Amino acid sequence: MKANCWYGKGDVQIVDVSEPEILNSRDAVIKVTSTAICGSDLHLYNGLVPTMEKGDILGHEFMGEVVEVGNEIHSVKAGDRVVASFPISCGNCFFCQKELFSLCENSNPNAWMAQQLFGHSPAGIYGYTHMLGGFAGGQAEYARVPFADVGTVKIPDGLSDEQVLFLSDIFPTGYMAAENCNIQPGDTIAVWGCGPVGQLAMKSAYMLGAERVIGIDRFPYRLQIACEKVGAEVLNYEECDVYDSLMDMTGGLGPDACIDAVGMEAHMPGVIGAYDRVKQSMMLESDRPHALRQAIMACRKGGTVSIPGVYGGFDDKIPLGSLMNKALTVKTGQTHVQHYFTPLLERIQNGDIDPSFIITHRLPLDEAPHGFEMFLNKQDDCLKVVLKP
Amino acid sequence: MEIPRDLAIERRQGSGPQFSEPVERRGDWNDGSLTSAARRAWDQKQLGVLIDGNERTVARGLGWFSIGLGLAEVLAPRTLERFLGIRHHGFLLRVMGLREIASGVGILTGRRPSDWLWARVGGDVIDIASLGMALSSETAKPANIGLACAAVAGITVLDMRCAQELSRTNDAALSARTIEVRKSIQINCSPDAVYKFWRDFQNLPKFMSNVESVETLSDKCSHWCVRGPAGKRIEWDAEITDEQENRLIAWRSLEGAQVENYGTIRFDAAPGGRGTYVKVHLQYSPPAGIFGARVAKLFGREPRQQIHEDLHHLKQIMETGEIITTEGQPAGRARGTSWKYDQAVRRQVDSRLDYQTSAA
Repeated sequence: MKANCWYGKGDVQIVDVSEPEILNSRDAVIKVTSTAICGSDLHLYNGLVPTMEKGDILGHEFMGEVVEVGNEIHSVKAGDRVVASFPISCGNCFFCQKELFSLCENSNPNAWMAQQLFGHSPAGIYGYTHMLGGFAGGQAEYARVPFADVGTVKIPDGLSDEQVLFLSDIFPTGYMAAENCNIQPGDTIAVWGCGPVGQLAMKSAYMLGAERVIGIDRFPYRLQIACEKVGAEVLNYEECDVYDSLMDMTGGLGPDACIDAVGMEAHMPGVIGAYDRVKQSMMLESDRPHALRQAIMACRKGGTVSIPGVYGGFDDKIPLGSLMNKALTVKTGQTHVQHYFTPLLERIQNGDIDPSFIITHRLPLDEAPHGFEMFLNKQDDCLKVVLKP
Repeated sequence: MEIPRDLAIERRQGSGPQFSEPVERRGDWNDGSLTSAARRAWDQKQLGVLIDGNERTVARGLGWFSIGLGLAEVLAPRTLERFLGIRHHGFLLRVMGLREIASGVGILTGRRPSDWLWARVGGDVIDIASLGMALSSETAKPANIGLACAAVAGITVLDMRCAQELSRTNDAALSARTIEVRKSIQINCSPDAVYKFWRDFQNLPKFMSNVESVETLSDKCSHWCVRGPAGKRIEWDAEITDEQENRLIAWRSLEGAQVENYGTIRFDAAPGGRGTYVKVHLQYSPPAGIFGARVAKLFGREPRQQIHEDLHHLKQIMETGEIITTEGQPAGRARGTSWKYDQAVRRQVDSRLDYQTSAA
């Protein structure tokens, strides 16, 4: 079968590989009908996340038709149309039973490695480094789904692939980011990054009752989508001072909650931006946390900073003084996707939201390398690439 | 910390496990046969005349001396030349000075000052040789060169003693005859369930990737086959020395074991009904000695790591019924797993394959 494999920084290729098989008794094999490139895949593409290996199949956002199940799988059967969750979760451990699925203890065979870096290991993730399990990803014609009884949601007829594909990652991720803000009536939510997760976080913030949502980015086309399709107010951080503008907009109070939907590769004009770029390229700092710094500084006293953006290591100059003295709450984490499967599928069925509004490009799987390049360089107003095997 | 305290109490009371190797050795203290630790202490006393056991302080002194001498050579080579009565060797003296400074900094800041001290010993020899050659110079001042030689020789002796002593202390940490491992893991099952699974020794090879088989000989005794370093098979008989149902199993290897080992597994109920804390405490004498353990570490079979992995596998079996794997999955390379990163997965599969072949 064809699969999109990682071969190094800026190098992904479509390669012919063997088809996946059932390896554990709670596996399923899925014939992928739609898969997407995630913003976090770009961190791998840029070679910033350690423990990738040449030949790793990428992709953790995928859905398709079940073709085979292991002998312990009873709730899913061949022929079912399902979306898979990007964290792999056993459903039995302490964390899964608390529905903290992205913290599963049993799905990462290489847990010891993540433990060295993070103290404890999160769940295994498809196509996302060997530190997080080294699982083959879903940018392929077929994919193996371990713990398929926990890690899939059955899609009823009548919903298109594009409507439900993002249940695999970014819709729950944006939703959890907004939910973590504990939104109260009248709240203003500021969102750094108007990429796919940022857009869905803004949309979710409105769904959860936010009064005002402010999107921050530097690409006019992304700000335009935030404005037109989400109904957010927008700020271009290359054209204004973000802190001053937010204070102007909120009478000096600051947003009630700030969402950092940017993560480790934030851009920043000027000296501080250059400082972090140099440190990151010299491996002195793993991330460039500008968005997080700004979010903490701008957040209302007693407010919440919610971080769906991916960070990988150890960061400098995080304003902990601000965090403490302003009594802020920080909420973050890889998304507990399975926890959101049913409620968000209902939201889609009800017509509360159609997450497909973020799709700008539909490509055959063969053109995945082109899709990565386009998404990375924001060519052709690219916001989200969906691949069709 | 609970386990050794228990063991210590049991030992004092004369009940419980009698640990053949380490305990008897410790008991031998007064019988004139010195343990290696005691012998080391005695040796140290003899050397103490020279460096008084304060080898670290002496090393620091030598480090500063090295830097001082180096600076003199680098900054004032002419003065030194005049003193020794030699000419046109300023460049050489500067290079030697840089070497002195490097070893000085190494001694003061390096993780293993002994290595740098040995480097100094080498440097001293070169220095003496150079001084000898300087004698052949027409303008040489033999008296001054002799003085310098004597000084260097004195320093050389001090360097050597200090390096020896420091190397000894470095090795002391590693030359203890046994390796001790302590690990614990939370499992989302009752202590009864985990105990029951463990007590059926046939289950052990399922999650201990080094263990090929455990054969039950009697209620208390069992026979173990384990893959040691370099795939060498190691066997021994073991007996249960203490057992409390659903709480604890203690064992030790019997006389004649290739790898002497003993330890305890506790199954403690986690607070708030949150399953079980399985706590392993074991000690063993590595088969190829400490050197073998070091080599094993290089190849990723470091015992602590190994036991951590094994416990993670036990947790997976208890909580999900099996051990998750990626071996056999597709990838854009020869094998689905990574040689570099997926050792835990590959080891599991490899040991299972080995077991099948050896069983056949």
